[in-house]
Amino acid sequence: MPSIVSVKNVRKSYDDGFEALKGVSLDIEEGEILALLGPNGAGKTTLISTICGITTPTSGSISVGGFDVSADYRAARNLIGLVPQEINLEPFEFVMNTVRFSRGLFGKARNDALIEDVLRDLSLYEKRNNRTVELSGGMKRRVLIAKALSHEPRVLFLDEPTAGVDVELRKDMWELVERLRQDGVTVILTTHYIEEAEAIADRIGVINNGEILLVEDKTALMARMGQKEMRIELTEAATKLPESLSDYNLVLSDDGASLVYSYDTKAQRTGITSLLKDLQAAGLGLRDVQTSQSSLEDIFVGLVKESS
Amino acid sequence: MNWNGIQAIWRFEMARFFRSIIQSIVSPVLSTSLYFVVFGAAIGSRIQEVEGVSYGAFIVPGLIMLSVLTQSLQNASFGIYFPKFIGTIYEVLSAPISSLEIVIGYVGAAACKSLMIGAIILITSFFFVDISIAHPFWMVAFLVLTCVSFSLLGFIIGIWAKSFEQLNLVPLLVVTPLVFLGGSFYSITMLPPIWQTISLFNPVLYLVSGFRWAFFGMSDVPVAASLVAITGFTALCLGIVWWIFKTGYRLKA
Repeated sequence: MPSIVSVKNVRKSYDDGFEALKGVSLDIEEGEILALLGPNGAGKTTLISTICGITTPTSGSISVGGFDVSADYRAARNLIGLVPQEINLEPFEFVMNTVRFSRGLFGKARNDALIEDVLRDLSLYEKRNNRTVELSGGMKRRVLIAKALSHEPRVLFLDEPTAGVDVELRKDMWELVERLRQDGVTVILTTHYIEEAEAIADRIGVINNGEILLVEDKTALMARMGQKEMRIELTEAATKLPESLSDYNLVLSDDGASLVYSYDTKAQRTGITSLLKDLQAAGLGLRDVQTSQSSLEDIFVGLVKESS
Repeated sequence: MNWNGIQAIWRFEMARFFRSIIQSIVSPVLSTSLYFVVFGAAIGSRIQEVEGVSYGAFIVPGLIMLSVLTQSLQNASFGIYFPKFIGTIYEVLSAPISSLEIVIGYVGAAACKSLMIGAIILITSFFFVDISIAHPFWMVAFLVLTCVSFSLLGFIIGIWAKSFEQLNLVPLLVVTPLVFLGGSFYSITMLPPIWQTISLFNPVLYLVSGFRWAFFGMSDVPVAASLVAITGFTALCLGIVWWIFKTGYRLKA
């Protein structure tokens, strides 16, 4: 598939020497849902701001839909919708007007029918004649989304869309992303919540300290998550692994007191039954058995720790 | 050109004006009326005519200029400062709209507002004094140029300002004194020679003088000098605005 957003070796450093992006390269495929995971200050928002034209990169190049975001900014930005992390809204403006304003700003002719549809989709229609200041936090966030969708973007950036919102809105948001996917809109969202990335993304990117640590297909990551470990504590420490157990994916701990067996829960056979039999045959006594599963969170935390 | 974008900004800004329509219109009408009562009737009755024009009529161009300058600065600086302050500026910066179009939208709306206020004050003054306009075309031209150039200056201040205090600082500390000392309420020929010379360095003098010439055919400085001054000032502001967008000064990180 062609990449609709292409980020090449983008760096962003500030006057005080802080480097928010350290040579980020990223290709986003048309129609995919990409979740960018990363701790606070990782560079997620800077990356999005740089793609959307709010921040000027120090070096590197970015194109959206094949258009350079700086040389061909009109064509590039026409394709982009941005929902910022902060709730920024003109307080005394009516919901309908502020969404209309966004559509006009993006050069599109007035189309109230379309805007009303967007408002209905976001359960905002009833509030269309309210001033934004009168709305709850969750409703304000919906207005921001309506503004971003008002000019029918092909690429939608959602910066922390579900930070601090209630369960209902989060569910609505996930459904919205699904609908957008069906319309062929590419969605890039940043999030702290790993379950969120698991629930809606096609691919997951992990960013920390201004660097992309990994971009991987979600299913491939899930497969890695499918790995389980079984820790077997022995009644008597062993000096070396018995010959008869060499076919198993076993690691003997340094003190010889325990064995760690890694296996795939999704495989047809986990090999646990035969392992236990063979352990007995080899004359090893078992004190205790524990199993644990590696999660996306472990992978994420591991990656972030490694890079810090 | 992104005409829809320009229109969107323009409408949004004008809506702000009409949301506070009472304040927008009643306030200049009231303050102008007060000036007429105090300066025109109370003090003016003791002042001789200024070069053949009754004092009440003489101050009309100065009064209009005073309001138009202040309103242009306030409207334009607030118009761009507020989105920066509350963060909605992200939308303008990420939209497919050029710097020129942004300036046309914001500055155009601010200039329109002050033009309307100028017209309202002029109409109000007809109720107090007899005035005839000698050069209507130039009157409008000076008024429009002043609205545009000072809205540009206001736009620059709005981008420069980092707080509401700074936003009010320039109009308060620089512009108001310049307007009062720029011959709004007197002819500089009434001043001692040394102050006449100093006044010549006040840019507002050239605006007021040229504008007054359009009304009464008389001026403190040659009309050509007024025209050069205001065109030069507009060009300077345009230059600064161009630099702001080129460098992203206080707009983009």
